[in-house]
Amino acid sequence: MKLELRGITKRFGALVANDHISVVVEPGEIHCLLGENGAGKSTLMNVLYGLYQADEGEILLDDKVQKFSGPGDAMAAGIGMVHQHFMLIPVFTVAENVMLGHEPTTFGDRLNVAKAREQVREISQRFGFDLDPDALVGDLPVGVQQRVEIIKALSRDAKVLVFDEPTAVLTPQETDELMLIMKQLKETGTSIVFITHKLREVREVADKITVIRLGKVVGEASPTASNEELASMMVGRAIELTIEKGKAKLGQPALVVDKLSVIDPIGQLVVNNISFDIKEGEIVAVAGVQGNGQTELVEAIMGLQSKVTGGITLNGRSLVGRSVREVLDAGVGFVPEDRNEDGLVSEFTIAENLMLDRSNGEPFVKHGTLQLATLAEFAEEKLTEFDIRAQGIGTHAGNLSGGNQQKVVLARELSRELKLLVAAQPTRGLDVGSVEFVHTRIVEARDSGVPVLVVSTELDEVVALADRIAVMYRGGIVGIVPGDTPRDVLGLMMAGEAPSGGKAA
Amino acid sequence: MSTSTLPSAAPITLERTIVKSWKGPIALSIFALLAIVLFGVFARPGVSHFRLSTTGDFFQLPQLDVPTTSTGWILAVILVILAAWSVLMVFQSRRVPLWLTIVFAIVFMAGFLTWVAADALIPIPGLLIGAVSLSVPLIFGAMSGVISERSGVINIAIEGQLLAGAFVSAVVASMTGSPWAGLVAAMVAGTLVSFALAAFAIKYIVDQIIVGVVLNVLVSGLTGFLFSQVLTNNPKFLNTPPRFDRIDIPVLGQIPIIGPVLFDQTVIVYFMYIVVAGVAYALFRTRWGLRTRAVGEHPQAADTVGIKVNLRRFWNVSLAGAIAGFGGAYFTLGSVGSFTKDMTAGAGFIALAAVIFGRWDPIRAMLAGLLFGFATNLQSVLGIIGSPVPSQFMLMLPYIVTIFAVAGLVGQSRAPAADGKPYIKS
Repeated sequence: MKLELRGITKRFGALVANDHISVVVEPGEIHCLLGENGAGKSTLMNVLYGLYQADEGEILLDDKVQKFSGPGDAMAAGIGMVHQHFMLIPVFTVAENVMLGHEPTTFGDRLNVAKAREQVREISQRFGFDLDPDALVGDLPVGVQQRVEIIKALSRDAKVLVFDEPTAVLTPQETDELMLIMKQLKETGTSIVFITHKLREVREVADKITVIRLGKVVGEASPTASNEELASMMVGRAIELTIEKGKAKLGQPALVVDKLSVIDPIGQLVVNNISFDIKEGEIVAVAGVQGNGQTELVEAIMGLQSKVTGGITLNGRSLVGRSVREVLDAGVGFVPEDRNEDGLVSEFTIAENLMLDRSNGEPFVKHGTLQLATLAEFAEEKLTEFDIRAQGIGTHAGNLSGGNQQKVVLARELSRELKLLVAAQPTRGLDVGSVEFVHTRIVEARDSGVPVLVVSTELDEVVALADRIAVMYRGGIVGIVPGDTPRDVLGLMMAGEAPSGGKAA
Repeated sequence: MSTSTLPSAAPITLERTIVKSWKGPIALSIFALLAIVLFGVFARPGVSHFRLSTTGDFFQLPQLDVPTTSTGWILAVILVILAAWSVLMVFQSRRVPLWLTIVFAIVFMAGFLTWVAADALIPIPGLLIGAVSLSVPLIFGAMSGVISERSGVINIAIEGQLLAGAFVSAVVASMTGSPWAGLVAAMVAGTLVSFALAAFAIKYIVDQIIVGVVLNVLVSGLTGFLFSQVLTNNPKFLNTPPRFDRIDIPVLGQIPIIGPVLFDQTVIVYFMYIVVAGVAYALFRTRWGLRTRAVGEHPQAADTVGIKVNLRRFWNVSLAGAIAGFGGAYFTLGSVGSFTKDMTAGAGFIALAAVIFGRWDPIRAMLAGLLFGFATNLQSVLGIIGSPVPSQFMLMLPYIVTIFAVAGLVGQSRAPAADGKPYIKS
């Protein structure tokens, strides 16, 4: 089926998310939409899928103008979507998820589960997936959940399949598998729209590339274009893809994690007996696919987990069993993985956010009273130092862009005397410019002798920053390897395979 | 070649350790201790009598007479053994099974009844019949809560829906002379209360708990006002509804103990069986149920497959209101026979507790409703035979049971993921 988007415009208040975007996807073509986070790719796809209504422009399928008032219409017309955040219900089985919305029924509205199971089996056989229709989706690994999403779309006879940032949650090997599936789908005549900001993937599968920047189509490119060409089109200027990083000047081991285990409320060992150390002036990156215990590891260090066994010591002082306050006072700086949830109070001003963890005494509080003058002076200084683009220190954090929000968090954490910096997903959802800034700051912290723990699911980030890399899989550490370890080795480790040759570094 | 890197489709199983939970054993030990003190140390001399049959049964079970003191001791010892066993299980990092808790509760109850019935007679069928009667509005309320919360809207307004149902059914049944008309009117009244909840919670995204509480106060005030200003002036015409008679189902009704308890009831109770079975079936076996649960678990996922989330929520909440209103009619048409101010007396909140205790499952919620009804009736039966425990303590019993139940003494309970969260489409 041929898909054409003609002059699509979508505004949110004053913000123009999509500005007269036109794209043509030919039948049996893999068409990549390349753009940075926030360029308007997802908005465009939500318009296509009927989740948003376009303010201007039209959608054509096989040259016929379509009118979608909801996702139901889009699906009926043959558009399927594999969402970035899976639209699956974890407590439902695979079959239930697949049939939801077009359930086969027998007499009296009764679900025909047998038929739904059959359909799941039939489609999974076609693509060589090994899927149990009665497994609960919440128990399946993410890579498999994504297949359920694909089957869900195919079970509705989708002729155009949209993949919205599908590789964000996958290991490199799973990504390769997904590429094969895409090619397989293309063979059967399905048109594919592939949304991503990762250059490597684009060049591997795309037949055609459309680059979007700031809500506008900035041009088309062929898959043979170089990474640098694509990146500069995407960002609008020439950029450095790697950051300058000198050799690490290692000091004494500062953070020592010894046989650490964390148990969650239902008794699962989410962190399972892990040990590592970080020396002064060293960046250790924890790599791994989301949900393999990284979050809990960080929370354990910060004193946010209650059922912790084993040892965590910082410069000889134990951090286990300490309150968050005591951990912060021990000199630990923390960049949380979800800045909107844990990093900032979005209804507070920039200034207030900058003193969030220092409300217990001087210099910002004296005799139980806020020292607003001191705070204002401090905030102004940080605004300039960290290049936070805002109208002023009174701007609410919630009104800042993701990059500026993260700078506020960094400014707060780095302006204390640090003995350890813990940065979880420090650049998630940021534009390339902010990523550069954040990385530079982290490396600066390292060079000033602070041990740094970076947790990231982005392999690019891990490779760019790490002096050593610890790969986590299902709660354990698969191995700790040097920072220059090839990506395919890291990829295998992220899938649980121990590196050959034992533990290096 | 690529198959080797396929992610396994097997569910992720992390290694598990059992988190030792001392909550259960501690509670059981306290009750076992209480049993020793009550049944043993403060033993009451005499013989306890239990009547097991009513006159209409197929065959008469003989009256059960047991010596109070020795029975009390035996049961107390059994309780201690059970409690010790649970402590041992936790020591060995095993879970205390649910049946152990249930057996414990039954033995404790038997011991307690034996103790209070020293030289007195407890009519077991009467106790149970009353328990079912009292639990009818709770169970209807709980079904209302299950449907509403499974679709993602917290229904605090059950109390208001019950009260509206009770009031309107009394008035309409009195005026028309037909209890059936009263029933229908009760459903309409419950639905209207729900419309208000649904409109504010879903359309205007007001906090669902606040809307619910306000509606309860509103209905209470409105019915109270109308009762004292209008109904009391002309009670003959407005507040003497004809009541439903008990219908004795042949054969089933003559089975000893359970016959008169379950099958010699008013038509509202028979409707209740149908509603509970119907909700349980519909929720887990039909398309309606699948979509309802989807909307309550992950509304966005439901939306992306073309289910109209807010519309579905709206009608489900309305249906829930109709069911609660129907249950409210039981107060006036089934048991009391006339409306009095605030006659629901917190039944809606107990129903809400039954929903949570029943883990949002219709059958379990019904069992919870029965338990709460039993606790309430136990208090009144013991009041009649002259209990050694002060009646004020007995009055607290149903609420104490509720608190213990909701505090999660009986396993973890998980609400639908999107329960109470409005779905806002951008």
